[in-house]
Amino acid sequence: MRPEQQGIEVAVLVSVGRHPITGRARRADQDARGLELALGLERQLPGSRVGLLHAGPRSEENESALRGYLGMGLDTLTLLEQAEGSDAIPALAEHLAAAPPQLVITGARAERGEGSGLLPYALAERLGWPLVNGLAAVEKVENGVATLLQALPRGQRRRLKVRLPAIVSVDAAAPAARQSAFGPARRAELAATPVPAEPDRELAEWQLAPARKRPKRLKIVKAASARDRFKAAAAKAEGGSGQVLEGVSAEQGAEAILKLLNEEGVLR
Amino acid sequence: MLETLLPILIFAALGLAVIGAWRRVRLWRQGRPSAVPLLKGLAALPRRYLVDLHHVVERDKVMSNTHVATAGGFVAAAVLMILVHGFGLAQGVLGWLLLAASATMFVGSLFVARRRRNPPARLSKGPWMRLPKSLMAFSLSVFAITLPAVGILPADFGHWLLALALAAVVVWGLGEMVFGMTWGGPMKHAFAGALHLAFHRRAERFGEGNRSTGLKALNLDDEAAPLGVEKPADFTWNQLLGFDACVQCGRCEAMCPAFAAGQPLNPKKLIQDMVVGLAGGSDANYAGSPYPGKPVGEHHGTPHGPIVAREGKALVDAETLWSCTTCRACVEECPMMIEHVDAIVDMRRHLTLERGQTPNKGAEVLDNLIATDNPGGFDPGSRLHWAADLNLPLMADVKQAEVLLWLGDGAFDMRNQRTLRALVKVLRAAEVEFAVLGTEERDSGDVARRLGDEATFQSLAKRNITTLAKYRFQRIVTCDPHSFHVLGNEYGELGGQYEVRHHSTFIAELYDAGRLAFAPWKGGSVTYHDPCYLGRYNGEYEAPRNVLKALGIEVKEMERSGFRSRCCGGGGGAPITDIPGERRIPDMRMNDVKESGAELVAVGCPQCTAMLEGVVDATAEVRDIAELVADALVARPAVEAVDASRRNAGKTAEEVI
Repeated sequence: MRPEQQGIEVAVLVSVGRHPITGRARRADQDARGLELALGLERQLPGSRVGLLHAGPRSEENESALRGYLGMGLDTLTLLEQAEGSDAIPALAEHLAAAPPQLVITGARAERGEGSGLLPYALAERLGWPLVNGLAAVEKVENGVATLLQALPRGQRRRLKVRLPAIVSVDAAAPAARQSAFGPARRAELAATPVPAEPDRELAEWQLAPARKRPKRLKIVKAASARDRFKAAAAKAEGGSGQVLEGVSAEQGAEAILKLLNEEGVLR
Repeated sequence: MLETLLPILIFAALGLAVIGAWRRVRLWRQGRPSAVPLLKGLAALPRRYLVDLHHVVERDKVMSNTHVATAGGFVAAAVLMILVHGFGLAQGVLGWLLLAASATMFVGSLFVARRRRNPPARLSKGPWMRLPKSLMAFSLSVFAITLPAVGILPADFGHWLLALALAAVVVWGLGEMVFGMTWGGPMKHAFAGALHLAFHRRAERFGEGNRSTGLKALNLDDEAAPLGVEKPADFTWNQLLGFDACVQCGRCEAMCPAFAAGQPLNPKKLIQDMVVGLAGGSDANYAGSPYPGKPVGEHHGTPHGPIVAREGKALVDAETLWSCTTCRACVEECPMMIEHVDAIVDMRRHLTLERGQTPNKGAEVLDNLIATDNPGGFDPGSRLHWAADLNLPLMADVKQAEVLLWLGDGAFDMRNQRTLRALVKVLRAAEVEFAVLGTEERDSGDVARRLGDEATFQSLAKRNITTLAKYRFQRIVTCDPHSFHVLGNEYGELGGQYEVRHHSTFIAELYDAGRLAFAPWKGGSVTYHDPCYLGRYNGEYEAPRNVLKALGIEVKEMERSGFRSRCCGGGGGAPITDIPGERRIPDMRMNDVKESGAELVAVGCPQCTAMLEGVVDATAEVRDIAELVADALVARPAVEAVDASRRNAGKTAEEVI
C-alpha cells in the first residue's frame, strides 16, 4: 500500500435484524454490508482496526443475532447494555465521543423497532460530524480525508471527499456481506457495559401497528414500439410535474402541499 | 553359504519391518483419539478380510483369483520361510508346503504381470509397475532356495556365483515384501489394510447385509474446540490408518460421477493426498490420474498444516471437496472399505463452520435454512399450499395415525408437488390412515449437513425430533430418500428413533397386502434409476422394481444400476455449490437412459427428478414411481361392487330430490 495511507479506526454500528418472512432475529442485512465494507477497508489500509458497537438489551435472541456479525471474522463486540425501549442515540453518541473513531459505519435503516432511518442523522447532529448516506465504497483515506463513492439511483456514483471523523450509512449498494461462520461466532466475546438507560419517551407514546405495503404509483407507458418501451423503462425518473417553491411564506407552502395531497388522493 | 546367510537376511528384514511399523503407527497416532475395541477388532479381522473384503474384491473375478493366489501364497510362503530357512525346520512336510506356496504365489504374480501390461487408466503406475517383478523375485527365489532344503537338489548345487545371485534376488524379494510393507512401498496396503479392517471406525458395517451410512455427529458442546478437520492430524487416528490402506486400484475413480464429469475430484487422489499430508511432503510422486484440470506436483502438506489453504495452495483445493455429490459410489466400490464421504464432509465442516467459505449459493441456502427452515427461503406457513384442496389430516388435529407422511422440501417445488399429490391419491386408494405435520415440519437437515453446517443440521434435527415426539405413529413414509436416510439413519444419534419407509417400499407392501390394484401397463419401455440415498445408503433396490413389476412393467436395466447406479448429480449440495466441470452429471445419466433404449425413466427421489428433468433434449420422460402407480390405479375388484352400488345410491337420491 502507498505510504501516505495509514490505518484508521472504524466503528460499525450494528443492530438486531428481523427476517422479512419469518420475523426471526438475524444479523441485519444493511449493517452486515456495513461491516463487510469495514473489513474491506481493513484489508485496503493495513493497520486499520474495526470495532463493533451495539446498544440495546441483552437477550438470548439478540445475542445469537449479534454473533452473526462476529462470525464474519471479529473477536469482540462492544455491547452497551440498555433496558428494552431505551433511546440508543445518547448512549451511542456518548460512547463514540469518549473515544472517537475516524469513521462510523451504519446501515441506512433498522429492520425492527422504529426503523425510521434517523439514527445516523441524529448521531451526526449530536457529534457534529459530516454524514454521507448510500455509501458504495471507500476509495482511499489520506491525511485525514476520505475519498468516498456514493451510490445514486440507477447505478450512478458520485465521488465525495470528506474530512474525518465522519459517519457514513450504507444500503443495498454496498458490497454483499460474507458468510457468517458458526465456530468463530460463538467463540468471540460480547463485551457488555451497562449504560444509563434513557427511556425513549416519544416512542412510548406512539401506537405501533404492523406496516402495510406502500401503494405504488402505476407507471403507464404509452409506447408504440419496443424501442419506446425500452426507453421508457430505462429512462431516469423525471420530476416533470413537480414545482419548486421559493421565497414563499409558510402558509403558502402548506397550502401547496395540502393541494398536492388532495390531488393525489392521499387526503380525502 | 546360503544356509548361514538366509536366517540373517530374514531376521534383518523382519527387524527392519518392525521398526518401520513402529514409525508408521506413530504417524497414524498423530490423529485425534477414537475409541475402538482393539482386541475385539483384531479377533474380527480374519472374518472381515475373508468375507467382507473378499465380497467386494470378488466383483472382478480374475483379480479376485489373482489376489487369492498371490496374497494367500505370500502369507503362507512368508510364514513357512521363517520356519524353514529362519529356524532351519526343513525336514518333513514343511519344505514341500513352502514349495507349493511359493509356486502358487508365482502363478498369481504372472496374472499380476499380465494385468500390468496394458493397465487401465484407473490403476496407479510408478512403484506399482515394479510390483509383479518383485512378487516374482520373492516367489522364485524362495522356491529356488527351498529346492536344496527338501533334497531335490544337492546342498552344494551350483557355483558360489549362482548362490550370490540368488541371495541378491532374495534380498530384492524380502526388501519389497517385508521391509517395504511398513516403510511405504506398494505392499504397505497389506500392513495398513489389515489394521484398518481391524480398527475400522464403522465396525457395524461388517457382516452380511449390514451397512453403516449415516454421518457421525459432531460434538458441538465444547465451545473452545475447533470444528471439523483443518489439518490431517484433525482426523481420527483410524481414519488416517484407513487412508494409508489405499491400494490405489482406482475403482473409486472409475465410479465417481464428479471425476467422469471433469470436475476437479478424484477420490483415489484425495485419499493419496491425505497420505501425503499425514507423512508430510508433496504430491509429486503420485502416479495415478490427477484431479481433472489440476496438474500433479503443485500441492504439498504436513500433518499439522492446513489441508485447504486460506490463500494459495496447500494439500487440496476447496473446489475438490465441494465437487463431491456424496453418492457413496466410491465407498461402495472400495475393496479396502475406506470412507471417502466421511472424510470429505469432515473437511467441509471446517470450511463452513470455521471459515464461512461455503461456495456459490451455499451461504444463501444455509441462511435460508436458519431463518425459514427450508433451503429455498419460502414462507414456512406455505408448506401445505399445494394440498389446499386435498384436506390432508394434520397431526396437530388427529394426534395419532398409522402413517406419518413426511413431505420433505419438495413440498415447495411445483414438480414434486405432482408426486406428492399422486402419493396422496395412492394412500387414499389403499385406505391408509395417515396424517402430515403440515407447517410443523421442517427441512430434515440433509443439505445443511452435507454442506458441512452441522450446527444448523443439529438445530433442525432437534426441533423435528421434539415435534415428532408429540405425536403417535407407527411409521414415517416419505417420497424423499434424503429425508428417509436422515430420519432413519442420522436422527438416532440425536435421540430420534423411527421406523421409516420410502414410498416405493410402502407401496410394494400395500400391493402385496392386496390393498392396491393396477390397470395393465400400456406405455413404452421403462428403465429405473436408483437414487443413491435409497440404494447405496439404505440398500433398497428391490421394492421399486417390485412396484414396477406389479404395474406390469418390465424394467430395461441400465448398464449402471443397483449398487453401481450412477448419481444424478443432485446430492451432497452439489447443485448449490455448483463446481464447474466439462460435462454435467445429469446429462451423463440421461445418456445412460438413452443407451438402455427406454422411453421413460422411473425415479423415486425429488432431487433425481429435478436433475434428470433439467436435461435438455432428453430422449426419455421422467416420472416418479408414485405418479406411475397413481395413473394405473383401478378400484379393487371387491371394492368395485361396493363403490358402484354407492354411486347408484347417490344417483337415486339425486333423482328423488
